[in-house]
Amino acid sequence: MSHIPEDSLDSGAGLPFLQVRNLRVHFPTDDGVVKSVDDLSFSVERGKTLGIVGESGSGKSVTSLSIMGLHKEGAARISGEILLDGRNLVGMDREKVRLLRGKRMAMIFQDPLSAMHPYYTVGAQIVEAYRVHNKVAKQVARKHAIDLLARVGIPNPKSRVDDYPHQFSGGMRQRAMIAMALSCDPELLIADEPTTALDVTVQAQILDLIRDLQQEFDSAVVLITHDLGVVAELADDIMVMYAGRAVEHSTATDIFNSPQHPYTWGLLGSMPRLDRERSERLQPIKGTPPSLINVPDGCPFNPRCAYAGRNGDLSFTERPEFRDIGGGHHIACHLPTEDRHHIWDEEIRPKL
Amino acid sequence: MNSKRLVTAVAAGAAVAMALSACGGTSSNGGDGGTTTPAFNAALTTTFNPSDKKGGIIKIANAGTWDSLDPGETYYSYAWNFLRLYGRSLLMFKPAPGGASNELVPDLAESLGVSGDEGKTWTYKLRAGVKYEDGTPVTSKDVKHAVLRSTDKETFPNGPAYFEGYLNLPEGYQGPYKTKDMDTNSAIETPDDRTIVFHLKKPFGGFDYFAHLPQTVPVPEAKDTGAKYREHVISTGPYKFQDNEIDKSFKLVRNDQWDPATDPNRRALPDGYEVTMNVNADDIDNRLISGDLHVDITGTGVQPASLPRVLGDPALKASADNPTSARLWYTSINPTVAPLDNIECRKAIEYAADRTGYQTAYGGVFSGGDIATTLLPPQIPGAQKFDLYPAGPDNKGDIAKAKEALAACGKPDGFETNIAYRAERPKEKATAESLQAALGRVGIKLTLKGFPQGDYFAQFAGNPPYVKANNLGLATNGWGADWNDGFGFLSQIVDSRVIRETGGSSNTSVRIPEVDKMLDDAIAETDKAKREAMWGAIDKRVMEEAVILPGVHAKSLLLRGKGLTNVFVSDAYNMYDYLALGLA
Amino acid sequence: MPATVIAYIIRRLFAAIVLLFVVSAVTFSIFFVTPKLLGATPETLATRYVGRTSTPDTIRATAEKLGFYDPVVVQYWNWVKGIFVGADYDYGPAVEHCPAPCLGYSFRTNQPVWPDLLDRIPVTLSLAVGAAVLWLLAGLAVGTLSALRKGTIFDRVAMGVSLAGVSLPIFFTGLLSLSVFSYNLGWTAVGGAYTPFLENPGEWAYNLLLPWITLALLFSAQYARLTRAGMLETMNEDFIRTARAKGLPERTVVVRHGLRGALTPILTIFGLDVGLLLGGAILTESAFSLQGLGKYAIEGILNYDLPKVMGVTILAAFFVVVANLIVDLLYAVVDPRVRK
Ligand SMILES: Nc1ncnc2c1ncn2[C@@H]1O[C@H](COP(=O)(O)OP(=O)(O)O)[C@@H](O)[C@H]1O
Ligand code: SF4
Ligand SMILES: [Mg+2]
Repeated sequence: MSHIPEDSLDSGAGLPFLQVRNLRVHFPTDDGVVKSVDDLSFSVERGKTLGIVGESGSGKSVTSLSIMGLHKEGAARISGEILLDGRNLVGMDREKVRLLRGKRMAMIFQDPLSAMHPYYTVGAQIVEAYRVHNKVAKQVARKHAIDLLARVGIPNPKSRVDDYPHQFSGGMRQRAMIAMALSCDPELLIADEPTTALDVTVQAQILDLIRDLQQEFDSAVVLITHDLGVVAELADDIMVMYAGRAVEHSTATDIFNSPQHPYTWGLLGSMPRLDRERSERLQPIKGTPPSLINVPDGCPFNPRCAYAGRNGDLSFTERPEFRDIGGGHHIACHLPTEDRHHIWDEEIRPKL
Repeated sequence: MNSKRLVTAVAAGAAVAMALSACGGTSSNGGDGGTTTPAFNAALTTTFNPSDKKGGIIKIANAGTWDSLDPGETYYSYAWNFLRLYGRSLLMFKPAPGGASNELVPDLAESLGVSGDEGKTWTYKLRAGVKYEDGTPVTSKDVKHAVLRSTDKETFPNGPAYFEGYLNLPEGYQGPYKTKDMDTNSAIETPDDRTIVFHLKKPFGGFDYFAHLPQTVPVPEAKDTGAKYREHVISTGPYKFQDNEIDKSFKLVRNDQWDPATDPNRRALPDGYEVTMNVNADDIDNRLISGDLHVDITGTGVQPASLPRVLGDPALKASADNPTSARLWYTSINPTVAPLDNIECRKAIEYAADRTGYQTAYGGVFSGGDIATTLLPPQIPGAQKFDLYPAGPDNKGDIAKAKEALAACGKPDGFETNIAYRAERPKEKATAESLQAALGRVGIKLTLKGFPQGDYFAQFAGNPPYVKANNLGLATNGWGADWNDGFGFLSQIVDSRVIRETGGSSNTSVRIPEVDKMLDDAIAETDKAKREAMWGAIDKRVMEEAVILPGVHAKSLLLRGKGLTNVFVSDAYNMYDYLALGLA
Repeated sequence: MPATVIAYIIRRLFAAIVLLFVVSAVTFSIFFVTPKLLGATPETLATRYVGRTSTPDTIRATAEKLGFYDPVVVQYWNWVKGIFVGADYDYGPAVEHCPAPCLGYSFRTNQPVWPDLLDRIPVTLSLAVGAAVLWLLAGLAVGTLSALRKGTIFDRVAMGVSLAGVSLPIFFTGLLSLSVFSYNLGWTAVGGAYTPFLENPGEWAYNLLLPWITLALLFSAQYARLTRAGMLETMNEDFIRTARAKGLPERTVVVRHGLRGALTPILTIFGLDVGLLLGGAILTESAFSLQGLGKYAIEGILNYDLPKVMGVTILAAFFVVVANLIVDLLYAVVDPRVRK
């Protein structure tokens, strides 16, 4: 596990392949403005994996779609910067972004069945992805598709290349999706809940595959999930999101060994443990995420936080600043340091 | 009248007719001077655009289809009019404007019929030199075969049934196909190739009208294909068939075997005719107006949709004619249905009816017709003008008289009955509604009953037991003469003996023994003037019984096709004469 | 073709034959049983086919000739028999054999029905196919653009116009367009014009252009609405996002992925519509005086010409059945998920 560089969250020095700075994605709707992503900053280097974790509705997908430039024109108000290899994608000509999509950055989606076109063969869809950026003959592309399928572990790829998505099992489909995403050798791979729709055993295989491929291709990977368990083995860094904002960001080791934000504690608590029975069942986080139209005053997590009362009025009146608490470990919480350590050590960790 | 006098009279008439027709056939414009100024009704009594110019193809459309092109079976008036282009019957109506067309003139025959045996035999002599399109000469045997085959109603169910009704055919005769070897000389003799003698069961003074029927157009036995003859009728006229597709289209082209020397009536100006069937009726009007079409063959006039357009545009109106047809739209008042068995109750209906409402229901004065107070249309010889039930100054009915009649009938507060109409005919429905409103004013309550037109007479309004059982006190009705003659007009609608208990007759309400007797007398009368006077008397007698409520004598609004010459309305057909037309 | 598919087709064809029997039997019964319930006798039925001065003898002879004295079942059986073994027809001087498939002779014109139908199929086929191509193209194009520009002026105008297109009677649009484009402007052929395709393809198309457009207008409206709804749904599918994520140009995304996805249900309806139309586009054929099957059917109905009506009915039913079968088979081609 690598350690997060001091400057990774602010300046371009060291040139991470993807840098997101103060990203805001707001959707004006009839009911009001949905602030899906607010003031989000992070970066990923090639060869590294960033895990983005948060409950559903916390803005993870909106973030990834913003990077890919997949929001409908006019529907989303996007500000901030998304630097891909130093070039800002925000405000860039849409056609230019399109040419980057699939070539320098690629994406894997949650449900491989609905994400693949039901009427075209798997091979045809991979070929299409390849040929849009590479002017090669169909036969060449097909050969490439078969190679890719073989590489992602599809048995008998020569014949399976002509199968339709519905003829594949769930895991195979996701492998095919990965093959498709990797067809142009992208430097950035975003996997949005790549295993959520899959069986537990298959999940592990897919994660292994992603790790192997990342090493092979040396790409920057953003792995998005609502399940901390998924990123545990894979991520170098982890960013925890809540209500469109980052609430904790550090190395994976830090996040698992000394998480500092009550929301992260909640997430850890709801993580299934395969290795042993929990001594005392920790309640998953009570309540539901807030509306992104009317985000609560103060700390957005306060309606659901068991410790909101420990800071006087602060949790209810003032939004905690996202700040470095040492060693690049960032959190947004008003709890005093000793309280956090105390609670983690005494109340949370023993129950996990 | 003895037979000798009769022969002289007829012969004299024939001579006059020949002289007239000879004149009409050779002079350049039919002898009436004609006109070239477009004006409303310009072709009603004179020839519009007289011309001798030959050539061109006249384009004709039909919104429906011919019932049959076979002269032995066709029964449409326009078809008879048109048929003269390819077939020659013994006699024909004179191709002349207006009333002159009601005169019968010889066609295939040399002269009108010569009667003998008190009107029981009729003799015709054929012109010499008439040939079929294949060059074979026409003989009297062919005319005999044509008439006999037409009596085979199993093969030709649609045709007129006059010959089998009047000819003295042997018992059990079923036509030349099924009873080929039966001796038919008792009915028709052909003493030589140019003479034909008809023998009737009873005297019939108007036989010349039968001799004008297309059923006397000769059919060569060798080429007679029965029900399929319509696919290729062998022509005797100036035109013959080409590319005949039944119910779709056909062409008429010149028949080089037709010899104008044998034919004083036909001028044969255009080089041919192109006929299309099943053409959208509204489209026909548009095409007539645009000039893409010359003739709307059915001769029933423009569609309701085109009426305001034609009447509203002075130029269009000037190219239109508005003839009256020998057709009466009327309502039967059934004396078999109580309380209409009482003449006073029937009279109440005659008085209460709104005549202008009836006229409006039929489309008003131009396309509907003239208000009728008699059965006989004015152009039928013998028709008298009278009005037994005056409808007040505004023609909207005489309420006081109607109430009087109701009181006399013992129903001072009115009564209830039903009125039948053909459901597919909006005009008849409108008539029923108009009567419902008009009669309602004196307490006569009408309930409307629509019936399918195909079975209207067979099963409903013309079926006496049904009429009685279902209280069809009134039934909308209509009749057009087979030809302009009292017999042709009246015999099917006022003779009680045509009423069948099994249904099917247009006459349902006229059951007056005295009228039956008057009809028989008139039919046997061979003196034309006397006979014609008798039709008028019958008309009056029927009206006295108040069993028919006359509505309108139909009119139609015809459009003269662009570029046509020699256009005139023939009273005989109540439409443009199709024999005379040419192209400018 | 795999054996299962062949077996499937055979099964379907068998069912189709049964259906054709049912349809023909029902049509036959409507013709005879309905009047019978109203009290018709063989003679009253025969009265429809005789001249107005006919005698009772004529009427009886006609009833006899048309077979009205036989029980309806026997008459139906004779009709069916004609299809398989032919029938004999007495036209007066001689008897003619009408070879199988003999659909009988017109009660009015004595013309055999089957050759008439064969004669009219090309007209209706030309009309239906040409119009179908037009309305499919127009409907798909307008519907797709509307869906992509949902809520814009274009969308609103297009949907408004298409609503009008669906509700305008074809008689009105047909005659109006004839009068404007054919008679006033002289751009298009007059009503009733038809040239067989093989004779002169150019003229064929020129003559049919106006009927095509008129008929297509009616249908394309409906197809535009269908396409719009389908596209709105499809363009929200995950696979569209995938297509975009691959970096495909928007055109490809819309056409190859979006339209292709939305096409399946439209194709089903399209097949059935064309099948139905092949049985006769009654109103269009009437408005434009085209001698197709629809006009033939109307002629038959108005004249109580049972053999004509039966002929068109059975043919129309056949077309619908075949269209259904083709749609089902096509479904497997179009949607691989249906394939087994
Ligand atoms: N196009 C859009 N218009 C309006 N709101 C949106 C849109 N896309 C996403 N959102 C909202 O943004 C929030 C974040 O969504 P998302 O990023 O999908 O969450 P997740 O973290 O589960 O991926 C949700 O509340 C969602 O409703
Ligand atoms: S700021 Fe307050 S409410 Fe928010 S996480 Fe910390 S303790 Fe909980
Ligand atoms: Mg998501």
